[in-house]
Amino acid sequence: MKERIIITHAMKKYGDAVIIPNLSVEIKEGEFFTLLGPSGCGKTTLLRMIAGFNSIEGGDFYFNDNRINDIDPAKRNIGMVFQNYAIFPHLSVRKNVEFGLKNRKLAKDEITKRAEEYLKLMQIEELAERMPEKLSGGQQQRVALARALCIEPHVLLMDEPLSNLDAKLRVEMRTVIKNIQHSVGITTVYVTHDQEEAMAISDRIAVMKDGIIQHIGTPQNIYQRPANLFVSTFIGRSNIFDGGLVVKDGKTFLKLGEYETAIQKVQDKYRGNQKIIASIRPEELLMHREPGKGIKAIIDDCVFLGLNTHYFMHLEDGKEVESIQESTIDSIIAPGTEISLSLNVDKINLFTADGSVNILQGVRNDCATN
Amino acid sequence: MVRQHRRRDMWSGVTVTFVVLFVIFLVYPLLGILKQSVFDREGNFTLQEFVKFFSQPYYSRTILNSFEVTIAITLCTLLIGIPLAYFYSFYQLKGAKALFVISILCCMSAPFIGAYSWILLLGRSGVITQFFKNFLGIKIGSIYGFGGILLVQSLKLFPLVFIYMNGAFKNIDSSLMEASANLGCVGIKRFYRVVLNLSMPTILAASLLVFMRAFADFGTPLLIGEGYRTFPVEIYNQYLGENGTDHNFAAAISVIAITLTALVFFVQKWATSKFKFSINAMHPIEKKKPKGLKGVLIYIYCYVLVAIAFLPQVYVVYLSFRNSDQAIFKEGYSFSNYESAMNKLLGRSISNTLVLGMGSLVIIIICSILIAYLVVRRPSVTNNAIDTMSVLPYIMPGSVIGIAMVVAFGKPPIVLTGTMAIMILSFVIRRMPYTIRSANATLMQIPMSIEEASISLGTSKIKTFAKITVPMMTNGIISGAILSWVSIVTELSSSIILYNNRTITLTMSAYVAISRGNYGLACAFSAVLTVLTSLSLLLYLFISKSEDIKL
Repeated sequence: MKERIIITHAMKKYGDAVIIPNLSVEIKEGEFFTLLGPSGCGKTTLLRMIAGFNSIEGGDFYFNDNRINDIDPAKRNIGMVFQNYAIFPHLSVRKNVEFGLKNRKLAKDEITKRAEEYLKLMQIEELAERMPEKLSGGQQQRVALARALCIEPHVLLMDEPLSNLDAKLRVEMRTVIKNIQHSVGITTVYVTHDQEEAMAISDRIAVMKDGIIQHIGTPQNIYQRPANLFVSTFIGRSNIFDGGLVVKDGKTFLKLGEYETAIQKVQDKYRGNQKIIASIRPEELLMHREPGKGIKAIIDDCVFLGLNTHYFMHLEDGKEVESIQESTIDSIIAPGTEISLSLNVDKINLFTADGSVNILQGVRNDCATN
Repeated sequence: MVRQHRRRDMWSGVTVTFVVLFVIFLVYPLLGILKQSVFDREGNFTLQEFVKFFSQPYYSRTILNSFEVTIAITLCTLLIGIPLAYFYSFYQLKGAKALFVISILCCMSAPFIGAYSWILLLGRSGVITQFFKNFLGIKIGSIYGFGGILLVQSLKLFPLVFIYMNGAFKNIDSSLMEASANLGCVGIKRFYRVVLNLSMPTILAASLLVFMRAFADFGTPLLIGEGYRTFPVEIYNQYLGENGTDHNFAAAISVIAITLTALVFFVQKWATSKFKFSINAMHPIEKKKPKGLKGVLIYIYCYVLVAIAFLPQVYVVYLSFRNSDQAIFKEGYSFSNYESAMNKLLGRSISNTLVLGMGSLVIIIICSILIAYLVVRRPSVTNNAIDTMSVLPYIMPGSVIGIAMVVAFGKPPIVLTGTMAIMILSFVIRRMPYTIRSANATLMQIPMSIEEASISLGTSKIKTFAKITVPMMTNGIISGAILSWVSIVTELSSSIILYNNRTITLTMSAYVAISRGNYGLACAFSAVLTVLTSLSLLLYLFISKSEDIKL
């Protein structure tokens, strides 16, 4: 029952407003695939097009070799988990789980057996006779999952399923979801705007903006070598610098203000004098107490968070930057102290001046349109 | 999300069906009234009926009378209802539940029982009048006319204010009261500046409800109004009265009536929009124990008020067991009133009432669910038009609907007069706006994703509607339906125009007995009616278990 989902040139319009202009993506069988992006980026719209609740204005949607564009949503054999769980309030937990099975021509004891199996899988068998209003958010979530999975669907679609839970439960439930998905092995499309959640749960992530996929890759790919400036700022925190590339004696240097450092991994076609944008994550800024040849900075504030300490500072030209250092046992650097910064050159990312392309080697983007 | 491109399906058919039904059964009758008001018998266009109404004080006076007494009733109900609601919501009263239940019984009683019973108590030969005259030598003034209508209607309608205001007071967060105290505003001042102002939208809503009910009320002024002639009674007299009828004139008065109530409706809408805020209490106010002299006064106020309001119904039931001869009650008790009622179509009245009530209710519920689905889930120009049409009857007095039915269906192509169907039709038209409102509200609270979940689990759209949407909506409408049932059972103003011997209801039997001066018989019918409505309401309270009643 493992299915690949192939979408080619999908288009979505509401009246004259184009939400998704031209989107293609291939989701591998058994994969946990996440659509990640800010609100209004079209991620939920795309998910509902797969489910059949939104009309498709262009393009083709396939499950393996079957084109599903014109198949009724009730016949697509999809398991769906909704943001508000959509548990039927007038049916008990067991009846909720059995609901989808009853639409299939199954023997009665087969229905009971299958429902029981998935109630057990989700560890809610002792809640089976309760009505939904007596359940907590996390329990309702488990019921929704059991109900979606027990029809043994081709694919599982989840629309921000954790956003209604409190922070602690969210972390707990994402582990539950990931483990269940792995043990069932079902192809899953998951929608979220929470990048930490996406990183924790996904095999691959598609970062979307304005109906266009910016980057498809593993969480590691996306974090370490984002395809463009948007992805780099949307995933994790980044300090953004305007800088330049300078080629001297065949070597390429990154120039940020007065500061210069050699840089190895620039793709060949981008080697040359030009303006660029540097995206430097807080942990990639290294702090030195003795003023040296680095970038001069003055500490404004520091926040001790246990494992790490966050430093907020400003540069000579007034630009504000932040850095994260592992907390040390001796002392925190006091506000007002002048320090110098250097870069962890292997980790930083450089983009063309318009931010559209990462100019370093090692970017892995499965997105077909790039 | 609303789908832009949808295929034609079953719902398009439902839309068309409702458009046709509304055009035939609502628009056509209303146009019929309008036509009759501006065309004379020869078919010439004329405004003479309107000129006649406004130029002769004998007629135009009835509008002023109606407005005068209705405004007086509205103010009066606010004046006695708001304090009751305040005491009920802010103090722990013993027997609070009983106060609440009895209040509801009062306002849902048949429209003329109050008037009739008060006549027997305070009228010319009323028990209390006689008692004061014979033993104390005090003459109580006449309760006929303005004062009588005011008394009867205020006592019948103040529970509406009470119920509405309870809802509003419950939503006032105790932190608002504390903040007010903190800023130095307590006591009476706080009651006016914080409590009442926060409840303003509710006060306006309750006022409109009372106004509409009192303005369109027909039974009370008919019995107790005597020389004080009001609008609905005049329409009835012109249409069916004893002193020569004039259908064209009745139609003209109906048009004027609809215009006026529509005007009041829009003024209220406008006033409410001035107070647009929503409150929702996280910490409802904790009820205090009433103490000292203040506590005693609070108890006296609440219990005396509710007891007086309930008195007419108790008294009618009591009288139904007294021996009687025509208009005179004699010593001794027996079932003779009930026996003569048996001879006077009691059985047929009861079975007609049940059949008409149930039939109307079933139709109302089915139509409301379908219309709510069209309006909420598939908004379109046509479906919104259906929604607008369906609330039209809200501003139409019952007698106007009755006349509209006769005008439209008393002659070919569709002849329904004298049948059960026309009675059901008028009940459905009168009550449906209320049920549609509550069905709309219920459906809006059901998230779309519940239906989508069902579809994604392999259930077809129609099956989803039947197995998920309808059961979830029913929970929301069933309690409201019982209230509709009660108001159908006690309906007077349109049935009085439409009924005949075969389609007579309990309410009509009671009314006929009163109008023929057969008081014992009237009490028997009224008592049966009272018991029936009371049982229905108790069932309602049992099912709903909540005090959020929508009337």
